[in-house]
Amino acid sequence: MTADTMGLTFLAFCLPFLGALAAPALTRLLGHHAAWPLALVPLAVFLHFLGFNAEIARGEIVTGGYAWVPSYNVSFSWLIDGLSLAFLLLISGIGALIVLYAGGYLKGHPHQGRFFSFILMFMGSMLGVVASDSFLMLFVFWEMTSITSFLLIGFDHAREASRRAALQALIVTGGGGLFLLAGLLLLWDVTGVTQFSLLMSFGPELRASPFYLAILFLVLGGAFTKSAQFPFHFWLPNAMEAPTPVSAYLHSATMVKAGVYLLMRLNPVMGETPAWETVLPAVGGLTLLVGAVLAIRQTDLKLMLAYTTVASLGLLVMLTGFGSEHAIAAAALYLVAHSLFKGALFMVAGLIDHETGTRDITKLGGLRRAMPVTFLAALLAALSMGGLPPFFGFLAKEEVYAALSGGSLRQIAFTAAAIIGNGLMFAVAFAVALKPFLGAPVQTPKHAHEGPALLWIGPMLLAVKGLVIGLFSAVTHALLTSPLASAISGAPQTVTISALPHLSLAFGLSLLTVAFGLGVFLMLDRAREAANRLVEDIGWGPDRGFDQAMTGLVRAAAAISRLLQPGRMEIYMTATFAVIALALLVPPVVYGEWPRLPVWPAGMPFHELAVMLLAALGIGAVLTAGNRLTAIVALGIQGLCVALLFLLFGAPDLAFTQFMIETLSVVILALVMTRLKLTPRDHRPLREKIPDAVIAIACGVGFALYLLRVTQGRFDTALTDFFNLYSKTIAHGANVVNVIIVDFRGTDTLGEIAVVMVTGLAILSIIRIRKGRAGA
Amino acid sequence: MNTLIFRTVAPFLTALMALFSIFVLLRGHNEPGGGFIGGLIAVSALAIFGIANGIAAVRRALWFHPMAISAFGLFIACLAGLLSAAFGVPFMTGLWITPTVLGVEIPLSSVMLFDTGVYLVVVGAITSIALALEAGDDV
Repeated sequence: MTADTMGLTFLAFCLPFLGALAAPALTRLLGHHAAWPLALVPLAVFLHFLGFNAEIARGEIVTGGYAWVPSYNVSFSWLIDGLSLAFLLLISGIGALIVLYAGGYLKGHPHQGRFFSFILMFMGSMLGVVASDSFLMLFVFWEMTSITSFLLIGFDHAREASRRAALQALIVTGGGGLFLLAGLLLLWDVTGVTQFSLLMSFGPELRASPFYLAILFLVLGGAFTKSAQFPFHFWLPNAMEAPTPVSAYLHSATMVKAGVYLLMRLNPVMGETPAWETVLPAVGGLTLLVGAVLAIRQTDLKLMLAYTTVASLGLLVMLTGFGSEHAIAAAALYLVAHSLFKGALFMVAGLIDHETGTRDITKLGGLRRAMPVTFLAALLAALSMGGLPPFFGFLAKEEVYAALSGGSLRQIAFTAAAIIGNGLMFAVAFAVALKPFLGAPVQTPKHAHEGPALLWIGPMLLAVKGLVIGLFSAVTHALLTSPLASAISGAPQTVTISALPHLSLAFGLSLLTVAFGLGVFLMLDRAREAANRLVEDIGWGPDRGFDQAMTGLVRAAAAISRLLQPGRMEIYMTATFAVIALALLVPPVVYGEWPRLPVWPAGMPFHELAVMLLAALGIGAVLTAGNRLTAIVALGIQGLCVALLFLLFGAPDLAFTQFMIETLSVVILALVMTRLKLTPRDHRPLREKIPDAVIAIACGVGFALYLLRVTQGRFDTALTDFFNLYSKTIAHGANVVNVIIVDFRGTDTLGEIAVVMVTGLAILSIIRIRKGRAGA
Repeated sequence: MNTLIFRTVAPFLTALMALFSIFVLLRGHNEPGGGFIGGLIAVSALAIFGIANGIAAVRRALWFHPMAISAFGLFIACLAGLLSAAFGVPFMTGLWITPTVLGVEIPLSSVMLFDTGVYLVVVGAITSIALALEAGDDV
């Protein structure tokens, strides 16, 4: 990669974020027309990556990047192969259309600029996810998609349902991201590389590693939550609270496919093991069935589509883990097909909602005259989703059946799951595309009419694209799907399927699917009732489970807080000092490290003895003091005696500080006492005082023993010597203590004074809070 | 405590102690003293002033909010550390210059700036605590 293209590629990754920065101002200036210039951003990215197409189609891999934290082997580097490129083109291409669509959909919304900003930020994050070569970069972008998705789902933040859905999506996908991080770190640990491009040659080591299952579990934890696999699927339908452009973009075409992307990326190195080929198809197949059945149940257009998205993601995971060349090709085809038709159908659903005021399929009908362009787009997309020739969806479905069908029990089971899932999705596709448009016109909340060009341009283009790339399948395969399939399988692979129906087992199964789907479509109301009954019989679902888990978490946190923070000063003090006493006394008891009895120094001068005696008398004065204030002042006697001792033993700095601290503590303690509004005397009965006395004595004895033991140990003078030797020569200071504080250990001091200041702030605010309560 | 003698003497005592605290701060590098001790002396001085003449007088005398003084101290301490970045040496490296003013060599250093920061943090934080406590429920 030449320096020029490298810089341009880096710019392409930054461009969406720059666009996000400019979006609010631009929208303020141009109103909803800002969509046109803003759509140029993803378009430019799209065109830039389109330029790599020829290289990638030849089977080459483009890598590039810059060192980020070289000491930890972390880089900002990208890897563009067939897999990345397909995703990059889908994200930027659909992104351009979504920006236009959002321009029409949120026209006049007071926060449209913010919306553009969020969606461009999301786009940048998503581009980063699929192009990351370095593990850490993947993780950072991965979590950024979770965060931007949170912002977008909760865009309508005044509604509680939006906030709940946003939080739920963030917790599920963000939590999954932490699993992914752990998995990536383990990958690093096992292989010693931090880049996917280097990881590719470590397949055998990885599969043989004892950590393989752990890595698999962690990576799947990330992928399954992001791609809404059962039982984590519940957040995706809830995310439909977001404005429709978000649903069309994040929750069908791009973000939810990040998990699938990850599995595809790791398939060459982690695939082809019994665990991989059991867990992935099993979970994927189950998700397919669950999603398809739940989709039938819904009457809301967006929810129907959301559950089919869950089902489609299940199908993709199933195919990725199935472990055959055909399955990989099918996954590649279905991935592209799904992004196109599902994005289009979501936009159609939003368009209907926008123009009629409702998304409930039972309240819509006869719109074909009012909204002919929308009808056409919906029909084209549904034909692709239903898998009818010559649409691209047909190719995908043929390949799916070619991959799954066979004689073994496993193949028959998965074929059956695919037929049921696809059949139900067929029914939903046509329910969405036909029911609102056919039949007698129904009165809708708004008078229905065709939406503006900004709104139908996106779905129309996507739907037409689904037809065009199906018709010219040879070109599509050469440029897009073959490199994509090769990257997923890790070996060169050619996809050959064409749009011409040809007699084969797969075609027969396709016909069966269409027949089944048609049957369900015709009896949709009955099928819906049946699905409803089934779900009601089960009763409990992971969505309720999520709420229960969250309530449980809050309750547990409250219980722990009540236990640890009862709000009573006595308990805090008792706990603190009891812990100090235990920390001081338990180690000598356990390890038998008692100090030796100190020897009485011979020839002790009288004044030293006098000071010590005075200190002891001070303690006596504290204990016998008549009231609390006297006790506090008496405590000062003891402190001043200690300061005198410091002075006598050659530590003037310490003595100086001790004098000041003693003075100030008496002042501040006295002030605190007046505020605590305590009685002047301690009137508690003796049996309540005894536990306090025991703890106090234990602390005192503990400190005394500890100091004795420390001073009896061998004293390493290396530091003392160093400081004494260099204090003057290096730091130009004769006062070693001060030089240590401000120079040798200056950074420590910086931290300490920061603590002093923050403590001051904290105390100030506590006092103010109490004052506020007293005032109120 | 609120005797006439005390109230009369307190301002002089405070001024003297404040001056002494700066002296202690400046001599700290070579003789016993330094920012921390100096700060504590200044706080004691302000406490005396407060006990004698009331907190309103202290707040007026300080001009700035004590917490702002503390924050400024932390700021110049950080600045003293960051100065070294301009000279391409590691964070918190001591830098010295000795300009000659009126024929006297005066050693100035980033270390002294740092110590002044420590002084201000201590003065500000502890004074603001003491003032807030002393204020009672009326402020």
